[in-house]
Amino acid sequence: MAENNPTEVKDKSAAPAGNNGDGARTLLGVTIDPDEIKKKAQIDLDALKQPTKTEVYKSIFRVKHDQTARSRTLGVLSNVFLHLHPAKVNRDAVRYNFTWGMGGISFYLFWVLTWTGVLLMFYYHPTKVQAFRDILYLEHDVPFGKLLRNMHRWAAHAMVLTVQLHMFRVFLTGSYKKPRQFNWSVGVILLVLTLLLSFTGYLLPDDQLGFWAVTVGTNMARATPMLGHEGPFGPELGMTPFNDVRFALLGGSIVDANALLRAYIWHCIAIPGFAAIFMIVHFWRVRKDGGISGPAPIMLEKEIKPVRR
Amino acid sequence: MDWHQLWTIVSLPDNIPIVGMLFIIPFFTWYALRQARANDRLAERLENDPDLAKTHHRKVQPFQKGWVREVAVWPYLLRMEFLAAIIVTIILMVWSITLDAPLEEPANPSLTMNPSKAPWYFLGLQEMLVYFDPWIAGVVMPTMIIIGLIVIPYIDENPLGNGYYTYKQRRFAIWTFIFGFIILWCSMIVIGTLIRGPGWMWFWPGMTWDHNRLIFEINRDLHEIVGITSQPWIGIFGGLVVGGFAVAAGYACHRIIAATEFSRKILNRMSLLQYAIMQALLIVMLALPVKMAARLLFRIKYVWVTPWFNV
Ligand code: HEM
Repeated sequence: MAENNPTEVKDKSAAPAGNNGDGARTLLGVTIDPDEIKKKAQIDLDALKQPTKTEVYKSIFRVKHDQTARSRTLGVLSNVFLHLHPAKVNRDAVRYNFTWGMGGISFYLFWVLTWTGVLLMFYYHPTKVQAFRDILYLEHDVPFGKLLRNMHRWAAHAMVLTVQLHMFRVFLTGSYKKPRQFNWSVGVILLVLTLLLSFTGYLLPDDQLGFWAVTVGTNMARATPMLGHEGPFGPELGMTPFNDVRFALLGGSIVDANALLRAYIWHCIAIPGFAAIFMIVHFWRVRKDGGISGPAPIMLEKEIKPVRR
Repeated sequence: MDWHQLWTIVSLPDNIPIVGMLFIIPFFTWYALRQARANDRLAERLENDPDLAKTHHRKVQPFQKGWVREVAVWPYLLRMEFLAAIIVTIILMVWSITLDAPLEEPANPSLTMNPSKAPWYFLGLQEMLVYFDPWIAGVVMPTMIIIGLIVIPYIDENPLGNGYYTYKQRRFAIWTFIFGFIILWCSMIVIGTLIRGPGWMWFWPGMTWDHNRLIFEINRDLHEIVGITSQPWIGIFGGLVVGGFAVAAGYACHRIIAATEFSRKILNRMSLLQYAIMQALLIVMLALPVKMAARLLFRIKYVWVTPWFNV
C-alpha cells in the first residue's frame, strides 16, 4: 500500500526524511526500515515452516499435537466431530473382536448414503415422466453417474446387513442388559428405519423391479386389521380402497405418481431426519450408559444378587 | 442339474447380499461362539477356584499388574475407525465399479413381473404369505417382531453375560435369538431368494424355472379333514385348535424355561407380567414353524376359519 508509494511517503511523513541518516523512513509514526521489513518477513517465513505454531492453527485446533496424555485427551474432547467419543476406552474394546465395528460401519454407510443421495437428488425428479429417464441419464451421460448410483445402491444393501450384524453382536454380548435397555430399544427403531429407508428408495427408479416390489409390499397394507379394506373387521368399520391405510401410504388406490412423490419425500426427507435424530440419541446414550459395555469382567453364578423391587 | 439357472439367480447383482449372507452370518456366529467358549472355560475355572476368582482380572484378554485398564481414544480407537472407513470405502468402490445396480423396464402396471419379489430383506415376510393370510404375515407378524425385539431387555432377567460373550450363562436367551434370527428370519430370506421361482413355487437349487409349471396341490382346511361342515362349529373348532396350540406351546416353553436349576432361579426373578409377555411372544414365534409344517407336510391351508378372518 502506502509503503510502495514514495511520493506519498515524502508528502505525508511527519518526521524529517533520512531518520538519523540510516536510510529508514517513518510513515505516520511507523518506522519503515528495509532491514526491519526483511526481518519481519523472515518471521512469517519461519512460521510457515512450523504451521502448528501459528495463531491461525491454534485458533482452529486449540490443542497441541503431541503424545502427552493431556493433548490426546483434549484433541478428542475439543473436536466437535470426535467429542462423542470418551477420552479413554476399555483397553480390550478397541480390538476388532468384541464389537466387530458393525455399529460404526453402519454409521459410516449412513454417511456415505447421505452424500451419494444428495448428489443423486441433483439429477432426479420424482415424477412419472422424468424419474425413469433421469436414471437412464445418470447411467449414460452424467460423469460418474453410474458409479454414484451403484454406490448408493450397494451401500444401502450393505447397511441393512451391517445393522443386523450389529444387533446380533449386541445380543450375543448381552449388551442390552442393565443399564443399556433403553438404547437397545432405540436401536430397534433404527433397524426399522433402516429397512424403511431402503424400501422407499426401491420405488424411485420407477422401473418394473421397484414397481412390483412396492405393489406386493403395499398390498399387504390392504389386509391391516381394522385399517385395511381387506383386513379383518376393515369393511365392517367402513374401509374401502379409497380411504384405508394403503390409500394413505400411496396417496391413491394404485402405485402411481402420488406414490412416487410420497416415497421420495419419505425417502429423502422424513425417514433420514428421524434416523438422524434416533442416531443422535443412540450415540448419546452409548456414552451416558458408561460407554461400550465390554469386554467386561466375567460374573459368576454365585455372585447374582437378588432382585430389588 | 441346471447350472445356468443357478448361476442366473446367484449372480443377480441384487442377490449379492444374500449370497454374502450365506457366508457372513455363519462366520460371525462361529466367531462369537468361539469367544463365548473361551469365556465359559474361564468362568468354569473361576467357579472351581474361589481364590483365583478374587485375584483374577476375569477376562480372557491378557492383563498384567501395572498395565493401564484404559487407553487413549486418540490414537488407539480412532485409528481403528479410520482404517475401517478406508476398508469399507475400498470394498464399496470395487463393488460399485464391477457390478451395476439393476434397472428393469419402465414401470408397467399391465405387465406383471413373475416372480415379483420384494427387496431381499423383506423376502422372509413374503415367504410367510404362503403360510398365513396377509393380515398376519404382513401386519401382525412384523409388529410382533418389532415389539418382541424392543421388549427383550425388559423381560430378560438373567444378570449374567452383561458385556461379554458367553453361551453357558445364557443358554435359553441365545437359543431363542438364534432360532428367531437365523433359523426363521435369515433362512426364510434365503428360501425366498434362492428357492422361490415363478408363481412363488418351490424350485430346488438347480431346477429350471419353468414358467408354465403347474402344481396341483389340494390344500384343505383342518375342519374339512375332521369333517365339520357348518358354522358356527367350524369357528368354534378352529378356536379350540388354536387355543389348544397356545396352551401346548406355552407348556412346552415352560418346560424348557424351567429345565435346569439355574433357569428356575432366573424364572423366579421374573414378574408375572414379564413371564406372560415372554410366553406370548414365544408362542407366536413357534406358531410360524408349526404352520409351515402343517402346510408343507399335511397340505393344511387354514386351521381356523371364521366369517371375519382365517388363520
Ligand atoms: C442405523 C443403525 C445403527 C447405528 C448407526 C448404530 C451405531 C452404534 C454404534 C457406533 C455403537 C457403538 C458400539 C459398536 O460399534 O458396536 C452402538 C452401540 C449399541 N447399539 Fe447400535 N447402531 C444401530 C442400530 C442398532 C440396533 C438395530 C440395535 C439393537 C437392536 C442397537 C443397539 C445398540 C446397543 C445396545 C449398543 C451399546 C452396545 C455396547 O455398549 O456394547 N443399535 N450402536
